[in-house]
Amino acid sequence: MELVRAGRRTAREPIMASKIIAEVDQVSKLYGAFAALRKVSAKFERGRCYLVLGPNGAGKSTLLRTLAGLLKPSYGTVRIFTAEGVAEEPMQARERIGYMSHATMLYDEYSGVENLRYFASLYRGRDCVAPEEALGSVGLDPALARPVGQYSQGMKQRASLARVLISRPELLLLDEPFSNMDIQSAHQMLRLLDTFRTEHRTILLTTHQRELAEPLADFVLTLQAGAVESLVEGPYARTGVLTFAGGDPER
Amino acid sequence: MKAAYFLTHLAKDLRLEWRSKDAINSMLFFALLVVVLFSLAFDPTRAVSRQIAGGILCVATMFAAVSALNQAWARELRNQVLDALRMTPAPGASLFLGKALANFLFVTVVELVLAPVFVVFYNLQVIGNGWLLLLVLPLGTWALIVNGVFFAALSMRTRNRELLLPLILFPIFIPALLGMVMSASAILTGESDPVLWIKMLAAYDVIFTTACMMMFEVILHAE
Repeated sequence: MELVRAGRRTAREPIMASKIIAEVDQVSKLYGAFAALRKVSAKFERGRCYLVLGPNGAGKSTLLRTLAGLLKPSYGTVRIFTAEGVAEEPMQARERIGYMSHATMLYDEYSGVENLRYFASLYRGRDCVAPEEALGSVGLDPALARPVGQYSQGMKQRASLARVLISRPELLLLDEPFSNMDIQSAHQMLRLLDTFRTEHRTILLTTHQRELAEPLADFVLTLQAGAVESLVEGPYARTGVLTFAGGDPER
Repeated sequence: MKAAYFLTHLAKDLRLEWRSKDAINSMLFFALLVVVLFSLAFDPTRAVSRQIAGGILCVATMFAAVSALNQAWARELRNQVLDALRMTPAPGASLFLGKALANFLFVTVVELVLAPVFVVFYNLQVIGNGWLLLLVLPLGTWALIVNGVFFAALSMRTRNRELLLPLILFPIFIPALLGMVMSASAILTGESDPVLWIKMLAAYDVIFTTACMMMFEVILHAE
């Protein structure tokens, strides 16, 4: 295991109630007779990274979509930004949440920078990142005129993350951000996500590539058949550093 | 501020259509085909043309517009772009209005191309106040488009949306279609006063535009 970046926080920093940024309380989500989530309760702290694991159909994407406000829970409550004393429904605070899905959530006919300019113009009054800067931060060339529909899968993933970053969200919900991505690009993305912790942003990410994403995790939340199986500390919470299993290929 | 959001959405829809020309091409081809086929099938005299031209123009536009309206939200559904739009603070009404105005402009372009073809194939000569057609056509087109974009959004998450849209849209559009056909015929024949029908069209537009804008937010955030 190779040390990549020194931690900025001591391990096992005490959890304070005021640090809770999002909370799901006894949340169930039903699709007809099928329960995608079953009485899920969890609290998410500001500035932490949560890795959400589980097999297909465990409810990972449903949990993220519920936190994003794109799905309404059938039962239970979701509260966002509770630390500020005013608990909000996710949709009321949507401009402060960044959600990345399996799909790109971008127009295929637009280039990366055109897509980002369009979305940035929908966040008026918010201090947005420049589209060129957002694309550069994920390793894409802003001058690339090719439409997103002609990007490779890995490039689409990166452009999709750039869209999420554009509004400087305080809560990032990333659904399978590393799928179809080569190992170097994935490590680059992990390093970028790691920098968000210093800005006290909270990250929830789902993945099937546990080994890849685990070094970033303060906590690992495991779902099984729509219910919480476990919520345990991850490697970052114990060590305070981002380490890559097998070493960093860039080194 | 909301006008700025609306202009952003409108500019996006116009740019995307300018690049692909999907909607305009499909509408134009279909409408031209209907106009030419009707003219060949009935071979109307000049007097008969004046009686039926308004109806044929409206119906040709209506069917052509439905082919585009069915695809009105296709780009937003692809890649879950609609979810990204739902996450922005931009009001849903601005998205709806931008989409409606963009589609209105596409159909207007088709009507502008269709008009001279119509005059030639149906040997039309306007007896009434021809300039009133410049009021009737946009009012009727807006009535069709505002409802079409709204019901296309309503049916976009259903499996049979291409069948569902005309089934919902056409009955709702009947009063406007009647106003459009009657006022166009009145203008072309000069036999009656079209003003009452034009006023009815304008009232229809105001009522349905307001209702659609008010209800669109609910549809946008429906699961």
